[in-house]
Amino acid sequence: MIDLFQRSILEENLALVFFLGMCTFLAVSRRLETAVGVGAALIVVQTVTVPANYLVQTFLLTEGAWAWAGLPEVDLTFLRFMVFIGVIAAVVQILEMTLDRYAPALHGALGIFLPLLAVHCAILGGSLFMVERRYDFAESVVYGVGSGIGWALAIVTFAAIRERLRYSDIPAGLQGLGAAFIVTGLMSMGFSAFVGVQLP
Amino acid sequence: MTRASLRHLTAPIIDGNPITLQILGICSALAVTTSLATSLTMAAALTFTAATACLLVSLLRNHIPSSIRLVVQITIIASLVIVIDQFLRAYAYGMSQRLSIFVGLIITNCVVLGRAEGFAMRNPPLPAFLDGLGNGLGYSLILIVVGTVRELLGTGRLLGFPVLPTVEAGGWFQPLGLMLLAPSAFFIIAMLIWVLRTWKPEQIEEPEFRLRTGRTGGPA
Repeated sequence: MIDLFQRSILEENLALVFFLGMCTFLAVSRRLETAVGVGAALIVVQTVTVPANYLVQTFLLTEGAWAWAGLPEVDLTFLRFMVFIGVIAAVVQILEMTLDRYAPALHGALGIFLPLLAVHCAILGGSLFMVERRYDFAESVVYGVGSGIGWALAIVTFAAIRERLRYSDIPAGLQGLGAAFIVTGLMSMGFSAFVGVQLP
Repeated sequence: MTRASLRHLTAPIIDGNPITLQILGICSALAVTTSLATSLTMAAALTFTAATACLLVSLLRNHIPSSIRLVVQITIIASLVIVIDQFLRAYAYGMSQRLSIFVGLIITNCVVLGRAEGFAMRNPPLPAFLDGLGNGLGYSLILIVVGTVRELLGTGRLLGFPVLPTVEAGGWFQPLGLMLLAPSAFFIIAMLIWVLRTWKPEQIEEPEFRLRTGRTGGPA
């Protein structure tokens, strides 16, 4: 479990190793505060959606999941993409309403980033990896938290580097997007140093 | 085909390339480019999805209530992606395993949704279709270039056929292992952007702060 947690944060970092959520990663990393906001929102959404999609996958989609209703040969796995997107959109919506009602301060901080996360590669990717690697329920919770933290860690670090990068003298053609790609590449190289790290 | 409609097709390929200029669709683009074959499959899948989704959205645009338009667009895109996924599983199972989750991630690919929402919702079917196709081709161009560079320099092969004789096979070419790892994709795209913006200087972004040179000095 701890191994999976560590691996999902560092070694299999969603942003830097699997390139997921790159659009948001490059678009909202201009300022450190917004990066922290998006990162926190992503951790929350990922922690809820990966286990939620595990339950949907196990109890609604796999072959034989409808046996209790007298339909033992129904196999709905081909609907996975559409159902997962629906679940994610619904979870984001519910989360937004719950936060608005019970934690207005948190909603104020995270609210504007939540709709952004409804259609987000890292979140859909996390759920699809969970299915592909056949995690069980406990593992899917750990993986959800870990991959969320990993993505947040990457964007916060990247935003911090980018704030300093403003003052550097970059060739005209690399200004902006080009430099952002090179920095991400270097960070990705840094993270690849974590491959094979074993916690005792 | 008239000049104007041809423009919809060609504009996104170089001048408004979805990856290097619009920062769209980078999410799933980089991970599949370790070899040319996967890049080509992904490019074909995305071009098909973008063109068809734009066409369908544009055909339905007068019947979609604006409050649920994103849901409708996502549903259309997801249906197309399911078709592609089932097709790959049926006829190219090995390829579908190599692409793993990235076929599914076409749904969240910003190119498709961005063009459906940004262009197809407001334009008639033919320009929308051409715009989707053009953006798909612009995305494909980058994917194919990156895929070619990575496979050629990483393994000395193209599409599995040996091109550069490697050291192990008695040749002179030492494969660059870095090319097969994640970071190289970022560097290659950065270089592509640099080349493209040197060629087309109007795409250069303004720096947030200008450096003051010694001669002009003082507060600008």
